[in-house]
Amino acid sequence: MNEECLLEVNRVNTFYGLSHILFDVSLKVYKGEIVGLLGRNGAGKSTTMKTIMGITPPKSGEVIYKGEAITGKPPYLLFRMGIGYVPDDRRVFSDLTVEDNLEIVYRRTNQWSKHRVYELFPHLKDIRSRKAGHLSGGEQQMLTIARALMGSPELLLLDEPTEGLAPIIVKSLEDQIRKLKEAGISILLAEQNVRSALKLVDRVYVIDNGVIKFEGTKKALEENEEIKRRYLLI
Amino acid sequence: MDLYAVLSQILVGLSRTVILFIVSSGLSLILGVLRIPNVAHGSLYMIGAYAAYTISKYFGGQDTGFWVALFGAPLFVAFLSFIVERSVFQFLYEREHLMLVLLTFGFSLIFGDLVKLVWGGEYKTVPVPRIFQGYILLFEHLHLPIYNAFLIIIGPVVALLLWLFVNKTKMGKISRAAAVDREMVGAVGINVSWVFGVTFVIGCFLAGLGGMLVAPTISVTLGMDHSLIMESFLIVIIGGLGNIWGALLGALIFGLTQSLGILLWPQFGIVFPYAAVVLVLVFKPKGLLKSTW
Repeated sequence: MNEECLLEVNRVNTFYGLSHILFDVSLKVYKGEIVGLLGRNGAGKSTTMKTIMGITPPKSGEVIYKGEAITGKPPYLLFRMGIGYVPDDRRVFSDLTVEDNLEIVYRRTNQWSKHRVYELFPHLKDIRSRKAGHLSGGEQQMLTIARALMGSPELLLLDEPTEGLAPIIVKSLEDQIRKLKEAGISILLAEQNVRSALKLVDRVYVIDNGVIKFEGTKKALEENEEIKRRYLLI
Repeated sequence: MDLYAVLSQILVGLSRTVILFIVSSGLSLILGVLRIPNVAHGSLYMIGAYAAYTISKYFGGQDTGFWVALFGAPLFVAFLSFIVERSVFQFLYEREHLMLVLLTFGFSLIFGDLVKLVWGGEYKTVPVPRIFQGYILLFEHLHLPIYNAFLIIIGPVVALLLWLFVNKTKMGKISRAAAVDREMVGAVGINVSWVFGVTFVIGCFLAGLGGMLVAPTISVTLGMDHSLIMESFLIVIIGGLGNIWGALLGALIFGLTQSLGILLWPQFGIVFPYAAVVLVLVFKPKGLLKSTW
């Protein structure tokens, strides 16, 4: 491929204490694409995200972002380099209002502003003075994405954005993720919900027990019954 | 028991409350945001009082000395805490609480010995500035020392400034977010280490301010940190860990039961605040207001 490689994860091994979670995980995200990281609950999707973001640094292997090794750098520096992180358990700053959740974020450039974020999520504007802890699951999910956008990311790590949300909200979230791609943001999307993910992604990786089992285009995965049945339960 | 005695004790209690509140709010801020149970907080309060003595004496011991000390002593304590935070504490935030208790207890011993080394063992007094000498006569019978009136005014001012910091400044908002989820604060580009540093220094500034303000009302002496740190922790616990309004409520309960208790049963006055603490903990084991823990 001759497009520019934005993120390269190179044979990382990550541990929680003594337990080995990721085994030689490698993946790439090219500029402008949405890459799916699919797998069952506990397969290692979230750990991969946290490893990239520097929250659980790997014991070996490296993470390269825009040609620079970022392994071992603290999360706040990675955010300042343009990597946005949306965790699966949402983690809004529950004590602060919606607006304050957005305002405390480090602003890398003025590319994304509160105004532009509210355009993407108009509902957030209506509830901007409400405490984040009092929002519904869907609202909190919008807020965590909006919060990450305030840093004008070039790469967005989206960890199970549709988890536990009503189908109608999932659908509108899918539209919004598509808009992010149109805005030029590359996305690594971890998902259990394969049907939803396949509507969005260009390429996919399938992970199981901390090992990458499949890598290919969306079409290749759709045609591979074996992988779908064994690792994705469809 | 006459009404004036009760009123007078309430006013005494309120001025005590102000000192307790200022020191405890700093302790609570550090406990809430950094999760450090800073046992050395009382030592910083003591250093604030000794620094007030030295600064006040250096500037002639009168009004000028007092006003310079009012800002200088807490700033000195803040500077000292800044050095300690950057050189030691910032590397230990992830340790478990018991370790932090031991570490800060160690610091309280070190600070205690340093104070003895620098200021010696004798009592020190800080003069009340001229404009605060004398009494205000309330309701024709009630004598309120002007300095106590000054303290009773300072308390709400500090509470207001602290409220503005926590709720209206970006740094305050970040510190509230970090109190709940420091990892996520880092993941939105904020250097949490500096947020913690600033919060720690502000908390210690308050300890120094409390020590400075109490200095003209007492004999400054070694060991004044011990009773205060106990009281401060109790206040923070009954108020709700990390909750600044809880510290205010706890300080009020402590200050008023102490002063009114003396009136009720002079020999055992000291028991009342502790009895109040027990009562609160029986009915509200997590403290009166919402804890950030």
